[in-house]
Amino acid sequence: MGVKILTQHSGVPGIDTFEVYRKQGGYAAVEKALKSMSPEEVLEEVKKSGLRGRGGAGFPTGLKWSFLAKPEGVPRYLVCNADESEPGTFKDRELMSRNPHSLIEGMIVSSYALGANTSYIYVRGELFYVIRILEKAIAEAYEKGLLGKNILGTGYDLDLYVQPGGGAYICGEETALIESLEGKRGNPRIKPPFPAVSGVWGCPTVVNNVETIAATSWIILNGGDEYAKIGIGRSTGTKLISACGNINQPGIYEIELGLPVEEFIYSDEYCGGIAGGKRLKAVVAGGSSVPVLPANLILKTIAGEPRLMTYESLADGGFATGTMMGSGGFIAMDEDACIVRNTWNFTRFYHHESCGQCSPCREGTGWMEKVLHRIEYGHGKMSDIDLLVDVAAKIEGNTICPLGDAAAWPVGSAIRHFREEFEWHVKEPRLSQQQNYGLAAYADPLPVPVTEES
Amino acid sequence: MSEKFKITIDGVSAEVEPGTTILNAARQIGGDLVPPAMCYYSKLEGSGGKCRTCLVKVSKGSEKDPRPMPKLVASCRTTVMDGMEVQNITSPEVLEARKGVVEFLLINHPLDCPVCDQAGECKLQDLSYEHGAEATRYEFNRRTFERIDIGDKIQLHMNRCILCYRCVYVANQLTDNRVHGIVGRGDMSEISTYVEKAIDNDFSGNVIDVCPVGALTDKTFRFKNRVWFTRPVSAHRDCDKCCGKVTLWYKGEDVLRVTARKDEYGEVEEFICNTCRYDKKKTSDWVIDGPAQIQRQSVISANHYDGKVVPVIDKR
Repeated sequence: MGVKILTQHSGVPGIDTFEVYRKQGGYAAVEKALKSMSPEEVLEEVKKSGLRGRGGAGFPTGLKWSFLAKPEGVPRYLVCNADESEPGTFKDRELMSRNPHSLIEGMIVSSYALGANTSYIYVRGELFYVIRILEKAIAEAYEKGLLGKNILGTGYDLDLYVQPGGGAYICGEETALIESLEGKRGNPRIKPPFPAVSGVWGCPTVVNNVETIAATSWIILNGGDEYAKIGIGRSTGTKLISACGNINQPGIYEIELGLPVEEFIYSDEYCGGIAGGKRLKAVVAGGSSVPVLPANLILKTIAGEPRLMTYESLADGGFATGTMMGSGGFIAMDEDACIVRNTWNFTRFYHHESCGQCSPCREGTGWMEKVLHRIEYGHGKMSDIDLLVDVAAKIEGNTICPLGDAAAWPVGSAIRHFREEFEWHVKEPRLSQQQNYGLAAYADPLPVPVTEES
Repeated sequence: MSEKFKITIDGVSAEVEPGTTILNAARQIGGDLVPPAMCYYSKLEGSGGKCRTCLVKVSKGSEKDPRPMPKLVASCRTTVMDGMEVQNITSPEVLEARKGVVEFLLINHPLDCPVCDQAGECKLQDLSYEHGAEATRYEFNRRTFERIDIGDKIQLHMNRCILCYRCVYVANQLTDNRVHGIVGRGDMSEISTYVEKAIDNDFSGNVIDVCPVGALTDKTFRFKNRVWFTRPVSAHRDCDKCCGKVTLWYKGEDVLRVTARKDEYGEVEEFICNTCRYDKKKTSDWVIDGPAQIQRQSVISANHYDGKVVPVIDKR
């Protein structure tokens, strides 16, 4: 069992209530930060911890906070990005619904460090049950003097609001989130200026993921150095992984960064191996927007080293033979999974969710979806495969926000690693409708561990 | 006077004011190295960055930080740094990206220039000629729309719209109450008026002038003539609403339409009111300034013979 930071209270009955959370040692980080530390000291501890943004980009949190502009007389804002909606990623909603006070505690500590007196939790609108849980918990925190004026008699004021989003995936992009928070259509802004200079209502703003903010309480209570001891190298601390797909035990797991991918997939503590005793074919390691990898490359790097659950190890080899940690949405596909159908499905999502502001994303995502649909349904041409590669390359890097990249990477990587399967769909249109393409070359090279329990 | 920044675009250097965008710096130099722009419009605050036709490569960030920028940047929204080096038409990467953008823009824009009212003045026509591919690779149905009358003077044909947002900015910044905008997302986005309301404002006609393609057209001129058969003449009048400086488009002795005066990039010099645009179509309403300056290469200047035309005789 590894260290548990975010899920340390899992299974405690009534942990969503203030009393139980307080009895479990909750809000001690607020007391410590507000009563015995300056905002600069809090920021320094977060920097020392090496905590990186858990929303997908993996940017060092302390460094991001230090970029916040501090003009005289201008308010600053902290916004929690809880607009979780990437296919395969479902960790934040669990954290918020099961232990809302851990997020609120993190929001208070982080807002104090940033000098923000108003903060927001921007939640995806569909998660109405989460919004209600958070609002109830915030009301309790106000009642107990942990929010509002003069928190715990320290002179620090903080108002915290929950803002439901409209349910558009693009609102998870920080500048589109800010636009939406301001009541406008959720279109990404063109950067620069970055939110750290001009964010909510033109004021300096930090936007952080739920998991990132929730981790700050533990860091303040135990020290940044203690947090940095967990994990490997620049991938410090723990990470929530939402595992799904063809595995025996789908769910949300808190892992210490540095855990071998193989152990994560096959050990009983985590995914428990591939369902039905089948072989692993491919993995999307960090939510649908990251490149897909075949089994042999997700388990081992191109150099033959075991692949680890760290930002660096997953990215080893670049996009040629590596992938990204992303948001931690771990989707495993067994030997029967159809890569073409899966890629079409992802592209269908990005086509639907494109905001339509810039031409490559607006037109390119729809084009890719139509071509993939044609291939999947047996009407593809061999030239379609190169066409897809070219269209994806023309979207990548040329759009206002990363949604274009997110749409292009799954397509480019799927064709890079599974080109034969795409060709088979074109060559054998009827056969591809009846059975899936399970080349041994793609499948897990390791023997499948079969135990009586599994 | 603040210190000027030195910028090099395709090997040509210029000194510009800090805060100038790469596109405007290129426009100060002029010539072939000016990136095309379909959505940026210098008179409209906040415009630009959306169409991605003006993407350029920054091969050197600045003197202080000479690292190249990792991605292509939108030149209309990226400000220059001192010592910045930019590649526009000298970068194969930029030309390839621009070719891609043109292809994307033409997916849902019909190439029916011969019957389009914007023919001859269309920036997309120029862009596709200069940067587009010979043929499309898109084999699926294009989206189509019915034409919409926006008031009694303007017609919207969404088939041609490339969603540059210019008309939305005009409505936002020049009129009192914007009642149209973008609805829908992705490639389902479209310009629409709010619950069938019309754009009813003294400056609403400017949406026609800023539209770079044939999506928003002047119903009082629509299909009356081809632009290259008309004669543009600069004129002015005393107007209490606008500057009153316009271009009159003549066919014989008749004024077929009135537009704002445009510069070499096809952008209006000053916006004009609807009274000047729609209600003043007699020569006697105007003080004539002289022939409008049209680029020699423009199709608009075709059929305007300044001298005697000598027929070419084949003597073989």
